[in-house]
Amino acid sequence: MLEQIFSVTFLTGFLAATLRIMTPILIAALGEMVTERAGILNLGIEGIMIIGAFTGFTGAYFSGSLWIGFLCGGAAGALLGLAMGVLSVRFKANQIVAGLGLWILCQGLASFLNRRIYGLVDVRPSVDLLPAISIPGLSRLPILGETLFSQNVVVYATLLAVPLFVFMFKRTSWGLNIDAVGEQPHAADAAGLDVGRLRYLAVTFGGLMAGLGGAYLALALFGLYTDDLSTGLGWMAIAVVVFGKWRPWWIVGGAFIFGAANALQYRLQAMDFPLPYQFTLMIPYVVTLIIVIAFGRGQKGPSALAAPYERSDF
Amino acid sequence: MANPIGRWLGRDSGDVAERQGMPGWLSTVAIVLLALAIGALLILATGADPVVAYQALVVSAFGSVNGFAETMVKACPLLLAGLGVTIAYRAKFWNIGAEGQIYAGGIVAAAVGIYVTGLPAIIHLPLTVLAGALGGALWGFFPGYLKARLKVNEVITTLMFNYIVILLTSYLVHGPMRDRASGITISPQLQLSAWLPTVIARTRFHAGILLALLMAVVVFWLLHKTVLGFQIRAVGENERAARVAGINVSRTIVWTMVLSGALAGLAGAAEVAGLQHRLVDEFSPGYGFLAIAVALLGNLEPLGVVLASILFAALLNGADAMQRAAAVPVPVIFVIEGLVVVFVAARFLKRRA
Repeated sequence: MLEQIFSVTFLTGFLAATLRIMTPILIAALGEMVTERAGILNLGIEGIMIIGAFTGFTGAYFSGSLWIGFLCGGAAGALLGLAMGVLSVRFKANQIVAGLGLWILCQGLASFLNRRIYGLVDVRPSVDLLPAISIPGLSRLPILGETLFSQNVVVYATLLAVPLFVFMFKRTSWGLNIDAVGEQPHAADAAGLDVGRLRYLAVTFGGLMAGLGGAYLALALFGLYTDDLSTGLGWMAIAVVVFGKWRPWWIVGGAFIFGAANALQYRLQAMDFPLPYQFTLMIPYVVTLIIVIAFGRGQKGPSALAAPYERSDF
Repeated sequence: MANPIGRWLGRDSGDVAERQGMPGWLSTVAIVLLALAIGALLILATGADPVVAYQALVVSAFGSVNGFAETMVKACPLLLAGLGVTIAYRAKFWNIGAEGQIYAGGIVAAAVGIYVTGLPAIIHLPLTVLAGALGGALWGFFPGYLKARLKVNEVITTLMFNYIVILLTSYLVHGPMRDRASGITISPQLQLSAWLPTVIARTRFHAGILLALLMAVVVFWLLHKTVLGFQIRAVGENERAARVAGINVSRTIVWTMVLSGALAGLAGAAEVAGLQHRLVDEFSPGYGFLAIAVALLGNLEPLGVVLASILFAALLNGADAMQRAAAVPVPVIFVIEGLVVVFVAARFLKRRA
């Protein structure tokens, strides 16, 4: 059994699966990072991912195009992010409660629509998975070729987007402004920034990303939709943001660990590892716990996180 | 107090509706009606008649002795777990682990109810129920301790603890606690001496429901008449001020979560000893999550939580009837639940010192 685990085939399969599974976590976590740096805590990510998975699958199923699926998932996610924005900016809601409500609402809505559109069927409708693209030349490399260079296009795009996030926050006024409203909304307001508008943009963008991450689950990972498709990946994305200290490359590292924990679970199950399946299923959750305990201690995050902005009256 | 009903049902939380001249309890009613109205639109959109659907719901939930008993059977875990969530949220500890704490309570209660033998009911039954509270308390203690000592985010820890204990339950009924004589994966029955007695004959109305109502009184007393209750509320209102006033915040948070978990654990014990009489895989269909909506809709006041738990139990109980009468998919209930939480959120003003 142990030889099986330390073999090259296991390792490449495991690493390839890690990259596939870390991608939706990474997409959602990067979006949540932007949202939180603008000062809004969106705990509804898990729910938005479920809706993204449902609308993404449905769009692809009826149109026959995976890209229309991703478009639907992203649009639905953006809409839900905007709803979270209305709650937190316009109504100054308690963001923790609002996020939990959004999560419950999305789960109910997805399950309701699923029953309504597809009914209770024995054979679930499915779509073809997003194909892997082997990068010529590089995909022939040992181990790395099969893992890093034979993935689907969304995996590449997500990894390539990470430096863009770094660039945005380090070098553009957009990034600076988002940080300003998340750290010092009063000062930002005094300097002429529109705090509400920037927060709307950030939370809508975060919803868009979570929706895309959800669509990825249905279109690139499973090829079908079930109500329990996400199994907590959205919550892991939130943990990843804390682990990653709200910084893009650290978040990639966090997503990798969570992807690995999930991939390990699938791999062990596939090879009939002599451990009751309930314990292999626990791995990602135990890893999440260990990570937040080890790295989440007293992480403060953006100063104005989860605090509604109220202009002082003079 | 100028507004006695408001004092019981709605906290003077300075919420938006109240500042606009609407008493807290009225805005609560408005929230329920708004959520039900949106639910009706959803039902309408599926081509069903919302009047027929809601009628079927009310009739099935309250139209007969048995219907009422079934509603109360579902209100029992919602109320107990809802009270647990109430205590936690009063301290602004965002416990979403009630579901897991229900399972932890169920496991320990089942173990004591099945494997402890030879005791008279008068000892065995309280022992079983207490064991459930203990199991839940333990499952609440960990995230409480992690938050108090290490400042670890409780939303994530309580949620992860849910997944872990639900899987553990599944493992136990598939493995060590499985009833070998049975063809399916359930535990053996609890000893008869550990069963909660039936209160209304020929229904499933069990004594756990009375226990839950009693606990509502206890929690009211705890929150409003004891030092610990005052400390819990003080930590929730303004942690820094509480610390300055000499309250041991860490200790208060740990106790909050022990009590919160114990109440949810009682819910698990009541399900096991009052209803299932065995440990069953997935014995809670999300009561712990519904309990969040119950506690918030009840304005984090025990009397409000009692009413909210009966309302949600009626919805849950009537959902099947609605499906039969008007072909409305059951999950519409969860949509209404989510809407309630979202609306309640918009009402709470997050105040920062």
